[in-house]
Amino acid sequence: MSPAHRDAALTTERVMGIETEFGVLHADLEERSRAGAGSSILLSHLVVGSYALLEPAEGERGRRVRWDYGDETPLRDARGFELQRAAAHPTQLTDEVRDAHVPSVELDAPVTGPEIAPEGDDADVLAWASQRSIGNAVLRNGARWYVDHAHPEYSAPEVTRAREAVVVDRAGEEIARRSMEILAAADGIPEVALYKNNTDGKGASYGTHENYLVDRDVPFERIVEALLPFFATRQVMVGAGRVGIGTRGEEPGFQLSSRADFMEAEVGLETTLNRPIVNTRDEPHADTGRFRRLHVIVGDANLLEESTFLKLGTTSLVLAALETEQRTGERILPDLALADPVAALRAISHDPTLRTTVELADGRELTALQIQRAHLEAIAAAADGEDAETSQVLTAWGEILDLLERDPMLAASRVEWVAKLSLLERYRTRHGLDWSDPRLYMVDLQFSDLRPGRGLFDKLRAAGAVGTLVGPEEVASAVTTAPTSTRAHLRGGLIAAHEQHVPSAGWDVITLAGPAGGHRLRLADPRLGSAAWCARHGIDPTDDLDTVLDALRRAVTAS
Amino acid sequence: MSQQSLNAPGGGPDEISPEDETVTGGQTFASVQGTDDLLDEIDSVLESNAETFVRSFVQKGGQ
Repeated sequence: MSPAHRDAALTTERVMGIETEFGVLHADLEERSRAGAGSSILLSHLVVGSYALLEPAEGERGRRVRWDYGDETPLRDARGFELQRAAAHPTQLTDEVRDAHVPSVELDAPVTGPEIAPEGDDADVLAWASQRSIGNAVLRNGARWYVDHAHPEYSAPEVTRAREAVVVDRAGEEIARRSMEILAAADGIPEVALYKNNTDGKGASYGTHENYLVDRDVPFERIVEALLPFFATRQVMVGAGRVGIGTRGEEPGFQLSSRADFMEAEVGLETTLNRPIVNTRDEPHADTGRFRRLHVIVGDANLLEESTFLKLGTTSLVLAALETEQRTGERILPDLALADPVAALRAISHDPTLRTTVELADGRELTALQIQRAHLEAIAAAADGEDAETSQVLTAWGEILDLLERDPMLAASRVEWVAKLSLLERYRTRHGLDWSDPRLYMVDLQFSDLRPGRGLFDKLRAAGAVGTLVGPEEVASAVTTAPTSTRAHLRGGLIAAHEQHVPSAGWDVITLAGPAGGHRLRLADPRLGSAAWCARHGIDPTDDLDTVLDALRRAVTAS
Repeated sequence: MSQQSLNAPGGGPDEISPEDETVTGGQTFASVQGTDDLLDEIDSVLESNAETFVRSFVQKGGQ
């Protein structure tokens, strides 16, 4: 393939990741009714502290790797990485890390004393952790596990493929389950139930965000223009489904997306109110001269693996099309500007028959399926057909659009909202319920319950009613092992092998407390620190720390 | 759009024909018996008082 041709061929490969805020409640129904949302911050801290401090697979009991927000002045060095001598003596490094200087995440209290939990049983450690508001940890799979607002959040490690994203996202569900188990076993500590959903149906929403690294050269206005029609319509394929219309579910019925009714603007910076379809937050955790991080808040939490796979895979391809358009000056994506994207997002979500049309800026009226089909065809024509994952995404995209066109209910094993609706319809028929019946709202909520034996999606999966893409062994391995394709490999590898010498880490920084002093490693390109990069530079995170530091120094010098 | 239209022809996966199975890449659906078992199981895990359950599911907003 010639360089020009290769340049033009789109693939799903890109640095990306998923963050999930879990719904959090007392498992005990009476306590749940009594506490309301008032205990959600405490429960979130217990969830985060239990896994970070007490899970044996995460290393020494009572110790965690603290989160490092990185530097206010991002590294712009073209090499993309550097190794600095840390200012503090290694014994003081733990206390030098500022866990709480980013005001938007306000729950990690300023730290003044030692950060290792006291001796004692699980309940003692958890009491200490909640009293000190321990709300942040970096796990050995490279993830950030923390309290965001009033929810436990799992920020999965960075990956470069959609399938990898499914694996690390599923690993987050297992981590959530394990934390519930630890809390259930601790005496005198509330039992917690976690839900992988996006709304309580009473006006509160919490997000499942996607992040994509995008070439800075693509003008943001062009990204917005291209993504609005794509995001307004992709829910037909990747929506999680929801009982109730309106932010409070005030109107009975079923809709495709759990987030659509919470989106109020086309584009903007906010994420907790006046939420936009395209979010402008741009903290690339990487070289800001080369990269933008596209932060996507419009998507649903997905339990169905193929939904996650296609959500990431198709969005990455749309972004690849934009990057290629920018480089070649030739248009790839269809011109489908919507007259009113926010209204279209909702109208499409509110019609499970998928027959609703939405008005385009040029006056045409199209269905969501037609708009998705136009994207698929344009991207397929420019895609790298030899790339296995790209082919898999395009094939599945076409198959699902075909099924949805024939009859949406035919896609019940592959599209999450259809799987949920199909279950609801059968339940509704059996008991003769109309859409305002609280039992249907309950089925919707229990669909995403992550407690073993309680979640209805899990029951569908166990019954073979929905498909899977990845195996349980692969997911189990991703709970404790970082992906190899990005700097998560070096971050997670160093934490796994040298937890006591890694006081803190962040997306683009790792602090190492070596025998001869502290070091701060900065990685301003998420692909640096991958297994391939480490091998090229002779860096094996499992070597003794001096050897690792020597290899890192050589890598810096050689760059 | 009326929610009645959800009951339009096509039905649930229980009514799927062998031809449809090929279209979906050979993925198998739960049999009718399996579906009934599943609904029984769902009835057994759901809380008895749906109204209380739904009312007590209250969260603070997030991002």
